[in-house]
Amino acid sequence: MLQDIVYSINKPMLLSEMKENQTGKIVRVGGNGALRKRILEMGITKGTDIYVEKYAPLKDPIELIVKGYHVSLRVEEAAQITVDDVK
Amino acid sequence: MDRKSLSIALAGNPNSGKTTIFNNITGTRQKVGNWPGVTVEKKEGTVKKFGYDFKIVDLPGTYSLTPFSIEEIVARNYVIDERPDVVIDIIDASNLERSLYLATQLREIDCRVLFALNMADVANARGIKIDGKKLSELLEVPVVFTIGNKNEGIDTLLKSAIDLAESNYTVTKERKVKYNKDIENSISKLQLYLENRIEDSVPSNFRWTAIKLIEDDKIVKERIVQKTGEKSQGILQEVKVQRDLLTSRFDDDPEIVMTEERYGFIAGIIKEVLTTSTKQRVDISRNIDLVLTNRFIGFPIFVLFIWAMFQLTFSLGAYPMEWIESSIGFISMNLGRTLPDNLFKDLLLDGIIAGVGSVAVFLPNILILFFCIALFEDTGYMSRAAFLMDKIMHIIGLHGKSFIPMLMGFGCNVPAIMATRTLESDKDRKLTILITPFMSCSAKLPVYIVLAGTFFGGKAGTVIFSIYMLGIVLSIITGRIFRSTLFKGADAPFVMELPPYRVPMIKSLLIHMWDRSKIFLKKMGGIILVASILIWALSTFPLNIKYQTDYDAEINKVNAYYRSKISTAIDSGKTNFEQQRDDMILKITRKKKAEKAEKSLMGRIGKAFAPIFSPLGIDWRGSVALLSGFAAKEIVVSTLGVLYATDREQDSEALKHALLSSSMTSLSALAMMAFVLLYVPCLATVAVIKRETGSLKWTVFSIAYSTLIAWLAAFCIYQGGGLLGFS
Repeated sequence: MLQDIVYSINKPMLLSEMKENQTGKIVRVGGNGALRKRILEMGITKGTDIYVEKYAPLKDPIELIVKGYHVSLRVEEAAQITVDDVK
Repeated sequence: MDRKSLSIALAGNPNSGKTTIFNNITGTRQKVGNWPGVTVEKKEGTVKKFGYDFKIVDLPGTYSLTPFSIEEIVARNYVIDERPDVVIDIIDASNLERSLYLATQLREIDCRVLFALNMADVANARGIKIDGKKLSELLEVPVVFTIGNKNEGIDTLLKSAIDLAESNYTVTKERKVKYNKDIENSISKLQLYLENRIEDSVPSNFRWTAIKLIEDDKIVKERIVQKTGEKSQGILQEVKVQRDLLTSRFDDDPEIVMTEERYGFIAGIIKEVLTTSTKQRVDISRNIDLVLTNRFIGFPIFVLFIWAMFQLTFSLGAYPMEWIESSIGFISMNLGRTLPDNLFKDLLLDGIIAGVGSVAVFLPNILILFFCIALFEDTGYMSRAAFLMDKIMHIIGLHGKSFIPMLMGFGCNVPAIMATRTLESDKDRKLTILITPFMSCSAKLPVYIVLAGTFFGGKAGTVIFSIYMLGIVLSIITGRIFRSTLFKGADAPFVMELPPYRVPMIKSLLIHMWDRSKIFLKKMGGIILVASILIWALSTFPLNIKYQTDYDAEINKVNAYYRSKISTAIDSGKTNFEQQRDDMILKITRKKKAEKAEKSLMGRIGKAFAPIFSPLGIDWRGSVALLSGFAAKEIVVSTLGVLYATDREQDSEALKHALLSSSMTSLSALAMMAFVLLYVPCLATVAVIKRETGSLKWTVFSIAYSTLIAWLAAFCIYQGGGLLGFS
């Protein structure tokens, strides 16, 4: 019972489900070959903290802060990234 | 003393200040060209300093050397094949962790690499301190601190480059960039396998080749196949064995694991060399973005900026435009007086000066526009524009970055289409190339100014704006259609850095602006000059025309009539009569010129095409002008000038009057503007499209579909407008 509650707080979620001004830790980066490698090469790797700075006025793309710099991803791409410990 | 030469390649991430450093080292001694085979801009510069002749090459800015984009391929091939004496990696000190990704890749290629930690002042201000000595030790790379925009550390950088080039550089056995045991095992196995089977050297070194093969690098694979021929079968088999082994071990592709490992390795370095003070600081750049990419006012501000850009371009540009116009008028007037009347004088005044002059007046507009675009780029606003626009661009099936070449299309399609190289996916690139010509380029503007100015008076601004909008809307529609028919498939990833805002350097802005304006000037000196002469010839020949009426006899009659009147008149009446006489002669001369234009080669060609254009409300003069516009859009105006037989001096008022008294109406002017907006882009652009797409098929397609759309749009405007009762 208690475990269930703890689990629900820390349940892994998709990066695209995060709200503005939340931070999370990247658990997994999915997606197809080229896109996935490109995302990883930009430093969006497993174990990295990621901060959602803002959504663009039309709700897409997302501005993120990772490794101290700002980068943007489309929502559909962010949906390939699983995050944990969202605060 | 013999001067020694030293070649340096500048590598680095986009926005690392690489171009600023390049400009600081080389100043104006730059040569801008293309990398062989591809159209990525290649900047080279030379400088003599410290007894050396430096040859500096600015590599394209990249985040990685994995060959995804043309830029990355170009940068990597240059380092591997051309073997510059020293590679300087410009690293944005405030963005060390990500920058080190490229740095570790450069480190793996055994080239003499030197790190320039740039903008350390900005990093310090953000509370970031970097231990350069430690970094140098850890990666065994000399490290120099620079502040590009203040020109600090540049001399030290060059001196370090000399030291590095002169040093006995040997590849140490102890590898600095290492992976985990399993990967290292596979690398050494494959390395040994390669060393035993390939006698001579491989690009870079065996370890690097092995790493790239394990990463499934397509270009390295191709090279191995080329080099080893039949033996490549065995090598590729061995690569597959190692890859499969690693894949099953990590339950993921080896290249993914290796990317993560590199970042892991980098994280280790960061821990040792970087200290961040925890004091809370105001991040100016983030605050600016609170406004500029704000949910509510982000877009209005964006529109405002674009509007301001056009205002500046066209209102501010109007002043120097007038000066140029009047000086061309002055030159042609004086030449007209001094030169004897002959065919050569006609060619010089009516062909060359009138033709090139009518284009030269737009130089101020173009300079200002390119300055504004450089300002957007150098401040960092351009990527915000892409951030704001991506959703919309994505509707067309394009990348937010496609917005940049499309925006530049408003300046000139030639550099704009060149700018599509920043797009990673071939599909995005081709699609952007196809729809960019709908962005009304600055050369089309003179046509709008003349037509809208003549027929719409005070509403000219609004009309021109609508024409621009029409181009944008049609590009969206056609983009959408192409995306779902010709270019089906997955979109390119939208992974874009939003660099911190920077105060741009005037010098960089000017160099940027100048590089692009040069293209326009070259066009003027070449293609427009030739086209002007050709059009002059077409409108001058044949020389012996049978006129309907004997204009010369009419002029003589007028002269004779007034001669007697003037001789008998008293003082004030004399000038009055003289005035009347001159007016009458002018009218007759114009009629003569117009008839001559009609019966010239050009007129005949135009008449042959007229049936195609008449449903659009465009007469044969318009047809000729539009045909000549294929050479360059600006020529449409000068051709109209010649055909309406306006005065020799470049008097835009005269053309206005001539147009107003012609058969043209506001509606046909609008149709013509729409046609000019959409039809086949100019010769120079077509040439660039051919080069960028690398395909005749796409080039022909681009010409055909744009002209078809132009005709349809103009038809709808003229016929539809007519039905609605407009005229």
